[in-house]
Amino acid sequence: MTPGELIAFAALGGVLGLDVVSFPQAMWSRPIVAATLGGALAGDVASGLLIGATLELIALETLPFGASRYPEWGSASVVGGVLAAGQAQGAGTLTLAVLGALATASVGGWTMVMLRRLNARWARNTLPAREAGERGAVIGVQMAGIAADLVRGMLLTALALAALTPIARAAVATWGVDARLSRAVVVGLALTVALGAVWKIFHSTRGALWFFGAGLLLAVAVLA
Amino acid sequence: MTDVRETLPPTGSVAPRALPLRTRIALFTRLLAIQGAWNYEILLGNGIGYCVEPALRLLPGGVGGRRYRQALARQSRYFNAHPYLAAIAVGALARVELDELPPNRIERFRTALCGPLGSVGDRLVWAGWLPFCSLLALVAFGMGVGATGVLLLFLGLYNAGHLALRAWGLRVGWRHGMNVATALGTPVLRYGPEHIARAAAFVAGIGLPLALYRIIGPGRALLGGVLVAVAIGGFVLARLHGRAEGWRIAFGVLAAFVLVSVAR
Repeated sequence: MTPGELIAFAALGGVLGLDVVSFPQAMWSRPIVAATLGGALAGDVASGLLIGATLELIALETLPFGASRYPEWGSASVVGGVLAAGQAQGAGTLTLAVLGALATASVGGWTMVMLRRLNARWARNTLPAREAGERGAVIGVQMAGIAADLVRGMLLTALALAALTPIARAAVATWGVDARLSRAVVVGLALTVALGAVWKIFHSTRGALWFFGAGLLLAVAVLA
Repeated sequence: MTDVRETLPPTGSVAPRALPLRTRIALFTRLLAIQGAWNYEILLGNGIGYCVEPALRLLPGGVGGRRYRQALARQSRYFNAHPYLAAIAVGALARVELDELPPNRIERFRTALCGPLGSVGDRLVWAGWLPFCSLLALVAFGMGVGATGVLLLFLGLYNAGHLALRAWGLRVGWRHGMNVATALGTPVLRYGPEHIARAAAFVAGIGLPLALYRIIGPGRALLGGVLVAVAIGGFVLARLHGRAEGWRIAFGVLAAFVLVSVAR
């Protein structure tokens, strides 16, 4: 990976990481979008979409309620998409890309907590000016938060890719498990999380189980 | 600058004339960055002040005037709401400020707005519209739709709802001012979450198997085992509800699997 490519991936990760909370929450940070774009930028849109769909199944569990800490999927999915598209293709590619994305998402969640504390400090430091109704203070705090979030996402993406790309490449080269089993383990785990998420979100809705069952029958009919 | 006080009634009880187009555009675009300075102390507070600010410029004295400064200070304090439904608050707060209602009334109104705008938005968007659109994108993916189609479907559908909700919120907030509580009784907010949840459950029933079938690829030979494992795992996760996060468990299991795969 050249420095130019790394900068491009970092810029994409920054913009998509920014979407998670700060601006504009249009959900281009969702894995199915972010990983696909990451894969496209790395030259393999199909691999990006594949890992994006896998991560999307896992991300169904994440409900970004207020102050809760949750994985940061935007930058992480770019990392996953790039890992899936860019490294040597092999039996463990999808597994390693998903693992890399999950690791990045976890660290990304922590960086978001740090950013929120930094925002709080800026808000505290400007309290006298904001209480005096100074326009520059209010807008300054807002812009500083957005800029810091962009930098956070860019650094996270760049550091994750710099650290994980050689590891993933080495792991693919020494991968000792059959491709079918590798793929089955990843998709099995993702679907398990998705099933748990669907239950968590919809179990309290009257009749939801019947609707789910009807959908399941339709899917079986399509696949048969 | 246009003095909109000429166009505004003295209280929030009568429908106002429109804000200048430039102000409306500024309010709407700023809403997209309302969480830019989100933090654990004042939460969305600074964002509300940031979003309302273009409207406050229309107060007598303009930018930097005494009324502008007092209103901006008031609007930049602690606030909590769902980021999309905060548009209702921004519209209503802009209205009551430009109506120049007494500060203590505005502060009480502002406090009262927080709770409902958070819980309604969470159920409607985070636990309804977002999973629905996400699952629909997985259906499209599972049916073999290409990357462009999947992305256009997801982003187009999601943001049609997202942007419409913000625009509607800003409009009803501005129109109703102090009486904006009536807007929260609209059928979309009252019954929408339940209908969307049912639709999403239906789409989940279709989407999960189709996505599984497409992703698993060469692993189809092991489909039976995967389905049994998923059924057991899903049941366990449901039983663990609230005590464990599925993605963390998946992370741990996957890390162990990678170690075994590399060590073999």
